[in-house]
This record gives sequence, structure tokens and C-alpha cells, in this order.
Amino acid sequence: MIKLTINDQPTELDVSEDMPLLWALRDVAKLTGSKYGCGKGICGACTVHIDGQPMRSCITPMAYAKGKSITTIEGLSENGDHPVQQAWQELNVAQCGYCQTGQIMSATALLKNNANPSDDDINSAMAGNICRCGTYPRIRAAIKQAAQAANQPTGDAS
Amino acid sequence: MIKKLNRRQFIKGTGLASGTLMLGVQFSPLMAQTTQASAFAPDVFVSMDADGQVTIISHRSEMGQGIRSTLPKLVADEMDADWDRVTVEQALGDAKYGSQNTDGSRSVRKNFKKLKEAGAIMRTMMQQAAAQVWSVDANAVSIENHQAKHNGQALDFKELVKIASKLEVPARDSLKLKSADQMKLVGKDHMPLLDGQDIVTGQAEFGFDVQLEGMKYAVIARPPVVFGKVKSYDATDTLKVPGVLKVIELPTLTPPAMFKMLGGIAVIAENTWAAIEGRKKLNIEWDHGSNASYTTKDHEAVFIKALENPKEVVRTRGDVDDAKKSAAKHIEADYHVAGLAHATMEPPAATARISGSKDQPIVEVWACTQTPQASQQNVMGTLSIAKENAANVQINVTLLGGGFGRKSKPDFVAEAAFLAHETQMPIKVQWTREDDIQHGYYHSPSYQKLSGSLGENNQVTSWYHAMVNHPIASTFNPMAKTAGSTDLGQGDMMFDVPNIKIALGETDTFMRIGWVRSVTNINNVFAAGSFVDELAHAAGADSKDFLLQLIGDDRVVDFTEDGFKYSNYGESAEEYPAETSRLKHVIKVAADQANWGQELPEGTGMGIAAWRSFLSYIAVVVKVSVDGKKVKLEDIHMAVDAGQLLNPDRVRSQMEGSAIFGASLAFYGEITAKDGIIEQGNFDDYQMTRINQIPDIHVHMVESDAIPTGVGEPGLPPVAPAICNAIFDATGQRHRRLPMKDLTLV
Repeated sequence: MIKLTINDQPTELDVSEDMPLLWALRDVAKLTGSKYGCGKGICGACTVHIDGQPMRSCITPMAYAKGKSITTIEGLSENGDHPVQQAWQELNVAQCGYCQTGQIMSATALLKNNANPSDDDINSAMAGNICRCGTYPRIRAAIKQAAQAANQPTGDAS
Repeated sequence: MIKKLNRRQFIKGTGLASGTLMLGVQFSPLMAQTTQASAFAPDVFVSMDADGQVTIISHRSEMGQGIRSTLPKLVADEMDADWDRVTVEQALGDAKYGSQNTDGSRSVRKNFKKLKEAGAIMRTMMQQAAAQVWSVDANAVSIENHQAKHNGQALDFKELVKIASKLEVPARDSLKLKSADQMKLVGKDHMPLLDGQDIVTGQAEFGFDVQLEGMKYAVIARPPVVFGKVKSYDATDTLKVPGVLKVIELPTLTPPAMFKMLGGIAVIAENTWAAIEGRKKLNIEWDHGSNASYTTKDHEAVFIKALENPKEVVRTRGDVDDAKKSAAKHIEADYHVAGLAHATMEPPAATARISGSKDQPIVEVWACTQTPQASQQNVMGTLSIAKENAANVQINVTLLGGGFGRKSKPDFVAEAAFLAHETQMPIKVQWTREDDIQHGYYHSPSYQKLSGSLGENNQVTSWYHAMVNHPIASTFNPMAKTAGSTDLGQGDMMFDVPNIKIALGETDTFMRIGWVRSVTNINNVFAAGSFVDELAHAAGADSKDFLLQLIGDDRVVDFTEDGFKYSNYGESAEEYPAETSRLKHVIKVAADQANWGQELPEGTGMGIAAWRSFLSYIAVVVKVSVDGKKVKLEDIHMAVDAGQLLNPDRVRSQMEGSAIFGASLAFYGEITAKDGIIEQGNFDDYQMTRINQIPDIHVHMVESDAIPTGVGEPGLPPVAPAICNAIFDATGQRHRRLPMKDLTLV
């Protein structure tokens, strides 16, 4: 049994220490929002937050995740209304949608550390996330829109 | 089956927590029939229950093109339904809907009329029912927003459904269909995505995400070479991996490949990781078979030889050889485009569950398939299920994490059904990225020879275009040796040239070949679009002006004039004529918007290309800056004329996606085999364009009331030649080989 916290819930999973976190989340915890894309940490579809940091769950063994706090897309916000999720919807960012949960997890991590990212900041934070459909222009626009929304003094966001 | 309430109902009625549909757990095939039967359903695409709640069937697969966000709205719009009282239900595979084969950029084009009629049938029957209640002529009843109205009185649809159900369904030719300007839901600037909320919250169900009670996970070690087979194997170490349950050998594949399973050894486990680890420990000796003789690099010589004297001449006008003799200038160029894999972000995946007896199985499948009907046929073939028992095979279509043509080949569906049948357990087959890259249905590598003559006034007097590739047909018929058709980007050129010759070379094939987004338009339009630019340069003319002049006067191109049997994407030339005015118009729009002809700094260049494909007219203008071997895509302007647009935002997104897909294949896309084995395996050696490399993309949509065409594919073909033409403009270097491995996209 491996103990860890998933989306604020203390959890025990009966998996081996070498199993990547991605498969423990998907197959054992039945949280399928984190996606498989490459298994090598090079496409970003599996991105989750581990103790607040964006990480590729497909190459993170459970031995590393043990005792840590994991946030997946399912736990990003109570009602699916994180400013990033809202901006993603308002701009119809998704095409097929498969990579978008990973994109959103990378984007939210970026905005946590950088409230007003420049194009270069967005490039370096998001270059690890592949989108085969080519939604990048809207990802960029949505990150900027979410940043703006979160920076509104009246907003209750973030 | 994806049942989908629209967003407002979703938040109101179900709450987010219950948003996940555990596909199949609570849903059996028989239930589907019961829900249908209890509702008023005057057409297969639309029904209404006693509360006036409307269910609209989405029978096409959603793979990012936005079809679920578009076609159901067309039905609702035509019937004047209140969108908040509409549920969208994803269809099972069933021939009663007509073709569900979601490819060829034809979902809108092929269903536009049929779905408008479905909506109009419902609207008309509501009208007739209300007329009966009020004892007035049906024409005196107006319908708006889920209500019938007459003289200040109003009746909700729910009050009419019972009466309507006793009426005769009106004939299709009696229906009054709305004109484009009467539509209220479609054709609008910002139409929210039906699955938008599910996607951003991780609740959307893709093929990879299906969960069934008691389900086990499978990965398969497939023969590294197509038509290879297992000589022997030892699974001792595999079976020691904790979580591994079973190892099963699949039947050997024999030609033709079609959509049959590739064969190999499947590892069944309690979770994906155990299955993957177990597969690594399989000790398999393969017999690679005769395709091991194939090495892509070496085969190029065969391609070149095949074009010395092409096997088939498909379109001829005048005499290109005579034209050459009397030409002021004659130029020739050879082009090469590498093989490509679809590389959908979600690799293929399918889940199957078997009930009934082993001899008379009932098969339920959940799959990210572009083609549920072919999936059904394929499962029936795999499990020897007789035609009369087709209803025993139910194909549920999940969302697709990308398609691009890969998921219209349901080999992976057959694997799931076969393994579920063998094990009598629900099985999810998941392809790893390596499986996807190494066992695909590839876009063939190709070789092309073009030549053209210029007369005294630099007008083009001849056009020759010969192409050789491994034909898609070989996947279905091992005897097929030529592409068979030049309809996609070669013979269908709309240039006004007195001497034309279009030809095909022949070759054998050593891997599975399939259609990838825009198919042979990829290589053909790259060559043709580049060669126009080469001719323009030879003529000393402006590329855009030269292209417009080459297309010539406003006219409808009659391809049959040259004895050319042109399919026009399966549509009649009367309904979908090839109009030069429309092609020229998109060229002018793209060029104007891009400020074509502007002064450019040293190292910066602009390029243009345009083509009509999938009946849509697209022009692309690219601006690049080049520093040594580093290329930066500055911006791309795309002008599109696809007739009437039902969902302009999704047209825009398809163009944006095409620009980026085009950049990927121009700079990176290359699948090669050595001794029959594919050499690439993941996104490190089969790379994709990333966010830091994209240009500013500007999409310009031509307003049109012409009947709709399609936009999934036609944006792609002109992108690569426009990029290469821009690089030439910037550097004077002509790139005739894709991908441009000597350049780095920055």
C-alpha cells in the first residue's frame, strides 16, 4: 500500500513502487482525466501537480509520489471554474480535447508563479505540451485571458 | 454511448460530480432500443419525449473538428427547438443513419440536407398538431423556440407531441427548409463546444478512458514487420510480473491487411503498467517474412526508376513533348515527401465485453473510432458472426483524441473483440505511442517529377506531373501497384495550360498504407504548389500574379474535357463545380490580408500556394525569416471558401490546426523503415511543432451562400508549399524534399 494525497483526499493505493503515477491514477484510482500520450515525459498529456509543481506523471514512479500531495485535473477546482478552465471554454480552445487537461495543468502552474506571463514565459512553460490538433494559438490567448481575469481586483478567482 | 445534456442543464440537473459517464456500466444495448421506442421519433435523427425534451442523434465521430457542436444544432435550429431542451446522443454504429464514416471532410456536406429535413419534419409536425388543436390551417401557425403560435395563443411542444405522434410523417419534398439567414443557432460567430466543460474538467470520455466492471488491460507485441509472424515465444518471465494474468497469441495476418489484426502476442493484466512490463519480458522469436526486404532509403531508386516511364497516363491535353521543343524556357524539378504517421495524441484504444455464449456471442464495444459501421463489420469478421446477427455487435463511439484518418481503420477494435472473446473478460486494448508510430497505416513516401515550359511571353505552355507512391489500395488489394487516381492534388489542377500530362508510376508495397489528413494532396500539392513558384521565378514574375494568371479566366473547369475521369470527391460537377473565380478570390484575399508585395527585410520572405481540395478553396500566404539554418514562421494568412459555414469558429480552428499540422510535416514528418521495421517510435524521433514555434495565424473566411463543403482536410495541402516558397523568397534556396531536415524550425 502506498499512501499519498490525491485532490486533497488521503488515499492508499495497492500498487508497486515502480508503477508510474499516471497508471495508478488512471487504472487504480479511476481518475482518467490525466492522459497517456508518450510514456516518456515528452508530450505533457499526463501533467499533474505534485506538491504544487507540474510534473509528468507517466515517468514519475509511485515511490516518488509516496506521501506527496497530487492535484489532477479532477481536483483543480471545485466546480470546473478555475480562471484557466473558464478561459479555455470561453475561447473554445479545445479541438479533440485529449491533450487539454495536461495543457491546463501546465498553464495553471505557470500562472501560479507568474501572474502576467509574456509570450516567452508561455513558450517556455508550455513547450513541453504537444497538441497534434494545433490549438496553440488559443492556448496562448487563453492563458493571457485567464491571467487578466485572475488579476481583476473584483474577481474571486485563484 | 455518449449522452450529452447541454451545459446549462448539466450544471442545473446533474452536478459536476456525477458528470462522468461510466460508459457501459449502467448501459446495456437493449436499453438503447427502449429509450428510442418510447419517444416520438418521426426521423432517425430526432425524437421527443412527453415532456417535450428533444433528443438529437450525433451520428458522426467527434475528433476535434467540432461535429458534435455543429450538426445537432443544425437539426435543433431547423425545428426551432429551445437548445436548453435538447439532449445530444452519440449514435451506435448503425446503417440506418447512412454512412457514419467520419472522414473525407464530408460530415457537413453529406448530412446538411438530410439533417435539415429531420428538423423540418419535427417542426412541420408540431405545426400540424397545433393547427389541429386550434382548427386552423397549418400555414397560420408559426413555430418559435419550442412553441407553436397563432393569434396570440401559444402551445409548448410538450403539449403537441402526443397529437403529432398520430400524424403522418410529411414527405421530404413537401418540407420548407430555412434559408441561411433564417437560422438562429448555426452560422454564428461563437458557438460553445458541446463537450467543452467535460474537456476542461477531465470528465470527457475518450477511447482510452473507458472503464467497465471487471475490465482487464491488454497491450500487444505485434510483428515488427507487416505479415511477419511469431515463430516461437516464451512467456515465463512475463507471467511472473505481478498483475499479469494471461498471454494470448493472436492469429497471423495474411494479405490483404485491410482492417484485420496484425497478430502477435497479447499480455492481459490487471492494469496497464503490468501489461507493459509483462510485454517487455516476452521472449519472442519472429519470422519477419518477405517485407523485411524493404528499406525506405534504398527504395527511392525504385521510385525514381518508376517515373522514367510512368505506368499510367491519367490526364492528357495536347502534347507536352511538342511544347517543350518550341519552348522559350523549360524547367524540370523532382520532389520527395517522406512517409507520415497520424500520431493522434490519443493512440488507438478499444474496449470490448462479451456476453451470450461463446458460439453466439453478443459483443459490446466502446472505441474511439471514425467508423463504427466498419468497426462492426470488422468485429463480425473477426469472430465469425453471421450477417443476420449484426445486431449482436454494438459499437459505442467515444470521443476521439484525434483521428486524422488513423481511427477509420478499426484493426484495434478487432483486437479488443478477439481478446474479450478469448478470455471471456471485458478487455481494453491500449496502443502505446511506440505501437502507434510503428504499426500504423502510413501516408506513403512519394517521388514526383514535374516539368513545365514557358512561351515567349512567359506564359505556361505545358505542365507535366508524374507521381509514384505506395498506393492505399495495396492495403486492400496486394496486386495494386499505382495510386490508381490522380484526383487529389495532381490531375485536378485548375491551371489554364494548353499541354498537360498527368501520370502515375508503379511500385510494390511493404507496409500498411492508409489515408492521412488530406491524403495524396499532401505530397501532390507540395510538388505542384512549389513548381508553380519555380515557374514564376523562371518567368521573372511575381509569384502571386503568376499564380492568378496560370489559373486564368473565370470559368468552370471541365476535367472531362481531357478525357480525365475525375471523381470530384464523389459529388456531381453541377452541384460542386470547380470554379476558378473562387480559387482566385481566396488567393487575392490571403495576399491582400498578408500585405503581399510589402518591402521585406533581408532574410525575410513570403510564399503563396492555393488549391481546391475536398471541394473547398484555400489559399495560404506564409511569411518566414531565415537566419542561417534557422527558420522562423512569422505569420500565416489562410483564406477559405467552404460555402455556407455552419460553425465559423470551428472552420477557423481547423485552419489553425492545418497550419500547424503542415509545419510539422514540412520540418519533421518522416517515417522510414529499415529491413521492414519502422525506425521511429515516439515524439522524440517523430516530432511535432510546439507552441514556441508557431506563427501568428490569421484565418479569413469568405462569406458564401454556396452549399457547404468541408474543412477538416483542405487547409493542409497548401501550407507546406507556401512555407517552402517563402523560404525560397528569403534565401534563394529551393527545398524539394520534405521534411527539410537541414533546417531548424525556431
